[in-house]
Amino acid sequence: MAGEQMIFSVSEANNFIKALLDAVPQLQTIFVRGEISNYKCYPSGHHYFTLKDEGSALRCVMFRGMAAKLRFRPENGMKVVAFGRIGVFPRDGGYQLYCSDLSVQGVGDLHVAFEQLKEALGKEGLFDPAHKKPLPKYPRRIAIITSSAGAAVHDMLRILKARWPMSEVVLLPVRVQGAEAPAEIAGALRYANKWKVADLIITGRGGGSIEDLWAFNDERVARAIYASDLPVISAIGHEPDVTISDSVADARASTPSNAAEIAVPEQKELRRRLDTLSARMEQSAQKRVKALRERYEALARSRVLRDPMAFIDDKRLLLDYTQRKLSTLAQAQTAQRAQRFASLAASLDALSPLKVLGRGYAVARDENGTILRAAEEASVGEMIEVLLGQGSLMCTVDEQRTGGTGHGKNI
Amino acid sequence: MAKTFEDNLARLEEIVAALEKGDAKLAESLKLFEEGSKLVSDCGAMLDKAEQKVIKLSKGADGAPVESPFVSEDEKNG
Repeated sequence: MAGEQMIFSVSEANNFIKALLDAVPQLQTIFVRGEISNYKCYPSGHHYFTLKDEGSALRCVMFRGMAAKLRFRPENGMKVVAFGRIGVFPRDGGYQLYCSDLSVQGVGDLHVAFEQLKEALGKEGLFDPAHKKPLPKYPRRIAIITSSAGAAVHDMLRILKARWPMSEVVLLPVRVQGAEAPAEIAGALRYANKWKVADLIITGRGGGSIEDLWAFNDERVARAIYASDLPVISAIGHEPDVTISDSVADARASTPSNAAEIAVPEQKELRRRLDTLSARMEQSAQKRVKALRERYEALARSRVLRDPMAFIDDKRLLLDYTQRKLSTLAQAQTAQRAQRFASLAASLDALSPLKVLGRGYAVARDENGTILRAAEEASVGEMIEVLLGQGSLMCTVDEQRTGGTGHGKNI
Repeated sequence: MAKTFEDNLARLEEIVAALEKGDAKLAESLKLFEEGSKLVSDCGAMLDKAEQKVIKLSKGADGAPVESPFVSEDEKNG
């Protein structure tokens, strides 16, 4: 059997197939739609991946030179349209798509570039909340970096005026779309910082298509916002999409009008606050005066102030009391002494010779009044006086009897 | 330099706090009250008087900002 047929070597077979495929013009410029998987970038710079759909897979390679021209980095899961030619790689007997261009299906390259820049800047820390600066509460000067034509600037001026006319507004007109826009916006941001033209920056534009807003997804603008020392409010009219500028800015507004609302306080609120502060101040001042008045009145009511003599009266009362006590004491002492005197007097009385006479004794005295203690002291015929308990007797001595009782001495 | 609204408001808040604390001497309290009342009317007047000033900024020959009054496109056309 084999003899009737030509026998190919493996190389010959593969080369035969390769030649067949290379001869088909449709395979030389072909667009293939599919999802990227097994994506690998080799150190050589060549990119290898597989394009898949629900039922099939196609190996692809993209050489370094072509890959470098891509505006985005291919990733697994990405739905793409690959352009290239299909050829055989004889070494492993496989065919593959030699891809020369890739575009992202549906969303477009811009979207992919956006996602990728967002991821890269995010990793770098440009969206870090810690880096975000607080906005001034009462900005003195607001720099608006936007187009001087269009609704956005008017909306902002109108709202700023209504809410907080005290802020000066400095306009830095720039183009907000087109190829020049990113450089102009970034330049104005740097300029505003260099010359400190304001204490707050609003940059943005009204709504539009994703292409119209593209300047605010530009890396230059993002970096200029990040580098700004002045706080930046990003004001791009669109929702719910968020631009990269929105993510980098210190505050994000959903529209230019909303940015103006964020930028300044509402004067009505401030007026209310002033009223409140004023009322609080009055209340506390009144309270203070009332408290002091009450203290004053309490003091004024006190006895010492109402009746200054009271103090002296008190002292007088004390004096009287002391005096009374003193005299009571003195009286008591006098009485005690009187009693003692009486008892002494009684003792004295008991010793009185007159008292002895009362008991029946008598005292004799001569004419000179000298008390007679012995019979010899009087002579016969002499007149003597005999004192009795009551009264006395004048007697004449009839007889002298010496001796006898000596008791007279003891009288 | 003239006090800004913000300065005035901050001072007013200080005064209210001090008055509410109530440990200042009466004469001092009255002085604070007087100062506070003046700040309230000053702030009110500032709000009343304020007129929005819009300046257009352009780069001068030496790079320094040049200010000019802003005339909107609408005004130019109208």
